[in-house]
Amino acid sequence: MHTKTIAELVRGLHNRDFSSEELTRHFLRRIEQLDERYNSFISLTAEQALAQARQADQRLADSNETSLLCGIPLAQKDIFCTQGVRTSCGSKMLDNFIPPYNATVIQRLNDAGCVSLGKTNMDEFAMGSSNETSYYGPVRNPWDRECVPGGSSGGSAAAVSACLAPGATGTDTGGSIRQPASHCGVTGLKPTYGRVSRYGMIAFASSLDQGGPMTRTAEDAALLMNVMAGFDEKDSTSIDHAVPDFTTNLNNDLKGLRIGLPVEYFGDGLDVGIQNAIEQAIKTFESLGATVCDVHLPHTNLAIPAYYVIAPAEASANLSRYDGVRYGYRCEDPQDLFDLYTRTRAEGFGDEVKRRILVGTYALSAGYYDAYYRQAQRIRRLIKNDFVAAFEQVDVIMGPTTPTPAFKLGEKSTDPVAMYLGDIYTIAVNLAGVPGLSIPAGLVDSKPVGLQIIGNYFDESRMLNIAHRFQQVTDWHKQTAPGIDS
Amino acid sequence: MQWETVIGLEVHVQLATQSKIFSASSTQFGAEPNTQACALDLAMPGTLPVLNQQAVNYAIMLGLAINADINPLSVFERKNYFYPDLPKGYQTSQLEEPIVGPGVVNIQLPDGSHKAIRIHHAHLEEDAGKSLHEDFHGMSGIDLNRAGTPLIEIVSEPDMRSKEEAVAFAKKLHAIVTCLGISDGDMSQGSMRFDVNVSIRPKGEQTLGTRTETKNLNSFRFMEEAIVLEVERQIDLVEDGLKVKQETRLYDSDKKQSRSMRSKEEANDYRYFPCPDLLPVAIAQDHIESIRQSLPELPDAKQQRFIDSYGLSEADAAQLCDDRATADYFEIVAKETDDARLAANWIMGELSAKLNRESIAISHSPITASQLAKLLLRIKDNTISGKIAKQVFESMWQEGSDPDDIIEKQGLKQLSDSGAIETMVDEVLAQNPDMVDEYLAEQVEKKKKKKFNAIVGRVMQASKGKANPGQVNQILQQKLSR
Repeated sequence: MHTKTIAELVRGLHNRDFSSEELTRHFLRRIEQLDERYNSFISLTAEQALAQARQADQRLADSNETSLLCGIPLAQKDIFCTQGVRTSCGSKMLDNFIPPYNATVIQRLNDAGCVSLGKTNMDEFAMGSSNETSYYGPVRNPWDRECVPGGSSGGSAAAVSACLAPGATGTDTGGSIRQPASHCGVTGLKPTYGRVSRYGMIAFASSLDQGGPMTRTAEDAALLMNVMAGFDEKDSTSIDHAVPDFTTNLNNDLKGLRIGLPVEYFGDGLDVGIQNAIEQAIKTFESLGATVCDVHLPHTNLAIPAYYVIAPAEASANLSRYDGVRYGYRCEDPQDLFDLYTRTRAEGFGDEVKRRILVGTYALSAGYYDAYYRQAQRIRRLIKNDFVAAFEQVDVIMGPTTPTPAFKLGEKSTDPVAMYLGDIYTIAVNLAGVPGLSIPAGLVDSKPVGLQIIGNYFDESRMLNIAHRFQQVTDWHKQTAPGIDS
Repeated sequence: MQWETVIGLEVHVQLATQSKIFSASSTQFGAEPNTQACALDLAMPGTLPVLNQQAVNYAIMLGLAINADINPLSVFERKNYFYPDLPKGYQTSQLEEPIVGPGVVNIQLPDGSHKAIRIHHAHLEEDAGKSLHEDFHGMSGIDLNRAGTPLIEIVSEPDMRSKEEAVAFAKKLHAIVTCLGISDGDMSQGSMRFDVNVSIRPKGEQTLGTRTETKNLNSFRFMEEAIVLEVERQIDLVEDGLKVKQETRLYDSDKKQSRSMRSKEEANDYRYFPCPDLLPVAIAQDHIESIRQSLPELPDAKQQRFIDSYGLSEADAAQLCDDRATADYFEIVAKETDDARLAANWIMGELSAKLNRESIAISHSPITASQLAKLLLRIKDNTISGKIAKQVFESMWQEGSDPDDIIEKQGLKQLSDSGAIETMVDEVLAQNPDMVDEYLAEQVEKKKKKKFNAIVGRVMQASKGKANPGQVNQILQQKLSR
């Protein structure tokens, strides 16, 4: 049951092969039995999940129920606020925080009848690419438990990969959905900025953060997008753009599809095994009728420096609210206001978060603003223009999601720059605001390789179509990590 | 040495929106602490701001009223600093692209002269909460009801040269915002607060001296006091050979003292940057035009109309147009009595003295405009004299009842029966033969008049003020000229 896709589970529920309660119990049992291996969950909400499942079963008993996802269990990244359920964002700072409201994404999934199994582990405040910065300990990659699952949505990626949940929510600020999806062999979509509401999604870098689905297949991602996407008046940056049924075009023919390969994504630093896997995948697309050409994204090498100014700058302000005054962690016995602030923040935040607050504060300081923040915004416009120009020549851009497969736990945790460089192919997508999708496309040293498909603004439907056609003729997405029984 | 004072003002005006600038919480004043603070006002994680369109419209109205440009695209920025009553750790404000660009406010000085004060810009921002330092046993309480209340901050150029100009400017802004209805202008509730930038320079000098900023003055009087104090302090410093330091100061209105809050070196680096949670505010020209069409009459136009159609002096018209509530009150009384001058005299005299003494806003006056009009009509139809009217006014203020009832109940109706008055005059003349003799013997016109008035006074006294003074005069004239 647990290796089934969401689409298969939907059919099973509607055919009464099993109830949502049975399905939910099955996944809860798996999590209880197996998750100590992976540490992919921070909180398990078994009772609430079973209550939701029973409600879903009642809804399903009514033949008029139209919500496809009714009764489907999901895991939620612990960055999404869940009413009455602790939402920690992977931080000691919010270890005791219980939101009195639901994130819009959560509310929409609840309304659709989805069951929330629990809250998944993540890098603290989504700052990290390995899930090692979590206050709740690192997540382990189901394919190799000595390796990281990627981050920051590492818990969601590992949970789906280890079949502890058929799908999960994630968020992506510089690759936080796509990179762990790549490392764990699952499908992960970062939608167009503004496509999915950020309300109730704890902010890291507001102009880059975007929520999206993490699933086993492109079809499942389309099913989740049908519920998650859409304008939200509570989020001023969400865009009032028509939301299609993302499943409608899944089977469209790829004949004549123009694929661009960015020259800059196939240079130094790319693992040879990954390069081979990507080239193999491209050949598959050619055999499906697509044409391939080189494109240029000339400002790619500026993406990481620009990102590491803009994201920390926004974060430095976004995280100022964690001051020990109103909620969250407060240091013991503060002597005065200054002591309250400094000890609360020194004790409540981990090193990576502190590093980014310091970098961001510096970049915004008087005398440095023009050299860093303003300059980074200029680069951001250039990067956006790169994509706009490329999409005048091609329909989609493809390349590797990451330059290397999942690395060992601890391997890069003392070298932040090496860690940051791992996001070279994903970060520009966030800076431009275009959608990016990572799908399994091979194995290197028994570890998954992700193919990244970058689309034009609001072109998620076509990207999912492309991924779905690929998944119809390949089985990389069906392979499970060693030790996962069906 | 002759010193010149240079003053610039930053005026914070609370906008009279129903809800806060970025959340749906009420902005009502005076609620129990933290009962008007939602998750966003508490800066809970994941909450996002949504701009209140009414606050934008109010800012546009202000901009139009001060002949300023409305920026087609303005940008909210984050002003970063830590303070317990600032829940997000930043204030959402505007810096590089404010909503209202340069404008001008015309002021009238006590001597009747006019001056134009340039406005540098005006921007929208959110108010902070309040820290409460009493009653918490060594700790501080935080009330976030006010957090997120929309403010417009109006920043003037350093165009004022005296405390009189500064006060006239502040009062004019108060008149404009209350007239527009974009703020209740209630100073006692902090709806209007002033930061005063003051510097001095030798008369004739062109470059500006080092300025200080005295923050958070919440009345015209405190602002005036703070300016006087600061100018004296700066002159003393300079005349003692010392230098004025650029700093932020606080004025203590109880002790009539000011003290330094922080020096320029200690000033925060606010690290402003555009708020990524809010889109730039785009304002279409036709939206501006539709607001322009619906603007109420502004104080300058109102003042001119009061002069033209009510025949008031410029000074009286200016005073009545100081705030909209007074102007509206006046118009009701003037219309219902058909006697603008009488209405103006009573409102600026009796009524405003009483309101001032008891610190009541005219909008809360115990005597309504219609009630006052009714009282004045009784003077005009000779039911009572002006003097008795003041007595009735007092009773109306105390009891809040109708003037006719008071006149009736207290028997204050004016005596106009000429027979009765004649009897009274006769009695007074009979009782005071020496006064009559002195009057008749007096040759100097001026002194003769005075002696006549003294006899009139005796008659009025005898009538307990109720005799019609005109009739008393007339009858007495007749009797004494025989």
